[in-house]
Amino acid sequence: MGVFLTLVRRELGAAFNSLIGYVVVAITQLLAGFGLMDIVQRLNSDRTPSPIPEIFFADGIVFWLILILTTPVITMRTFASERALGTYEALMTTPVGEWQVVLAKYAGALVFYLLSWAPLVGVLVLLRQLTQQPQLLDPWGMCGVLTGIACIGSTFLSIGVFASSLTRSQIIAAMTSLLLGIGLWTLSLRFSQTDTTGDRFGRLMDHLSVTRHMQDFARGVVDGRALVFHLSVSVFFLFLTQRVIEMRRWR
Amino acid sequence: MIEVHDLTKRYPGRTAVDGISFTVGRGEVVGFLGPNGAGKSTTMRILSSFMPATSGTVRIAGFDVFHQPDEVRRRIGYMPENNPLHVDMRVRDYLKFRARLKGLGIGRSRQRVDRVIEQCGLRDVERRIIGQLSKGYRQRVGLADALVHEPDLVILDEPTIGLDPHQLRSVRALIKELGRTHTVLLSTHILSEVEVTCSRVLVLHQGRILAADRVEDLESRFSQDGRVVAEIAASPEALREAFRDLPEVAALEIQAAAGDFQRVAFTPRAGEDLRPLVFEQVRQHDWALRELTRPRLSLEDIFIQLTQRRKGGES
Repeated sequence: MGVFLTLVRRELGAAFNSLIGYVVVAITQLLAGFGLMDIVQRLNSDRTPSPIPEIFFADGIVFWLILILTTPVITMRTFASERALGTYEALMTTPVGEWQVVLAKYAGALVFYLLSWAPLVGVLVLLRQLTQQPQLLDPWGMCGVLTGIACIGSTFLSIGVFASSLTRSQIIAAMTSLLLGIGLWTLSLRFSQTDTTGDRFGRLMDHLSVTRHMQDFARGVVDGRALVFHLSVSVFFLFLTQRVIEMRRWR
Repeated sequence: MIEVHDLTKRYPGRTAVDGISFTVGRGEVVGFLGPNGAGKSTTMRILSSFMPATSGTVRIAGFDVFHQPDEVRRRIGYMPENNPLHVDMRVRDYLKFRARLKGLGIGRSRQRVDRVIEQCGLRDVERRIIGQLSKGYRQRVGLADALVHEPDLVILDEPTIGLDPHQLRSVRALIKELGRTHTVLLSTHILSEVEVTCSRVLVLHQGRILAADRVEDLESRFSQDGRVVAEIAASPEALREAFRDLPEVAALEIQAAAGDFQRVAFTPRAGEDLRPLVFEQVRQHDWALRELTRPRLSLEDIFIQLTQRRKGGES
């Protein structure tokens, strides 16, 4: 456990020692700021505005923009840069296991990702104070949103870590995970809009749709099936990552 | 300490290491000598259990590198090629991080980091960011990292590459110092480096061991069959006259040199050292002498000899 935490700390250290880490935080805040402007406008114009989480996370695309743009940048470094710099060799000749390395890199990315969201949560709470309309942001909705950010983020990050393990080039890693992320998002949009009373295939795809998951989370509905889905996808991609680094040992 | 038996590593389309066997005893300092692409790094990567071999066995301190990699890794301090470091970290933090990865507890790692910082002369830079250090200091950081968990065996892949003469000297001195307390295996393509630091040398070429010898033995074996070169101020005839009847001299070649001097190359009959004999003759004839030397072969020459020998043996 000590070694695992040492590795996670190193991942976070690397993120905060690099300019790219701050760029990620800046992009997140900038885009979230645009989203916020949208919220304020809606609060002013609508007579009965929907709750803030729904405006921000379910209706708008700001959340998805942030997610799709930042997760590849957060994760592209994990394996690719260590390989490019050769520090990977130094790492893998210490008595740490492959799984330990994969999980630590993933955990580091996840913590950084959550930290980059932290200011926004503060802003939302502030907004609730200012509007003096507590029903716009009830604690359960907030919990749902946080769960959603963490859950869907964990899936995208696991894809990113996997992409990073495939190559030495951070650019290729980022492009690969960007592509996979956009793919997942557009498919989700496509299938969450179908009539859910339709055939079984349509209903199945609706269950798998990450945008549908976020809509539920934003309403404060934490669906166990969504949790299981994101957990399994993350585990699956981390498993693939471990297989890739094991395979690459042999070459 | 190291037992390598019939080790082979094949990459798609080429064989990097081709059935090599050698042993290194505890306390030895052994140099891996070879040109680029000879298989030095590949062998070291297998020894440090970074990558598996295609066939053959390697045991380090009695542990198999493939089946008991963690046991092996605990006992090896390995500095990979080009000494990769996390350049964004501070020296002390980096060494502490590495010590923790290598399984040292918090207290123990602090102790050991202090010790290696002292040992490798890093006290002045321990708070500096590695990326801002000179190459010589970085190399010391790499060495400190290799030593931090008190390994029995230290494997250094080209530890002095790219250093300026001053840095070279201090890093070599450090390695020599290490040799007193550790078993060391280092790779290089510089012969003089092996001379300074190693007790034994393994010459690697195209994935095979061409020679495994003590440094002095290798040199005498390849010092051009004991040829001696002298520059003497005398006529070629007089020189031939003087050396013709000596039974120790098998042949001599004479070339005109600048001034009144002749450059004479003596080949001994039985591999003995002709220098005292030549000097004696010069003294008797009262000639002027401005050079008397037994030319030593450069690594390149030894390679050429070794590889030619190999081709001759195969055909």
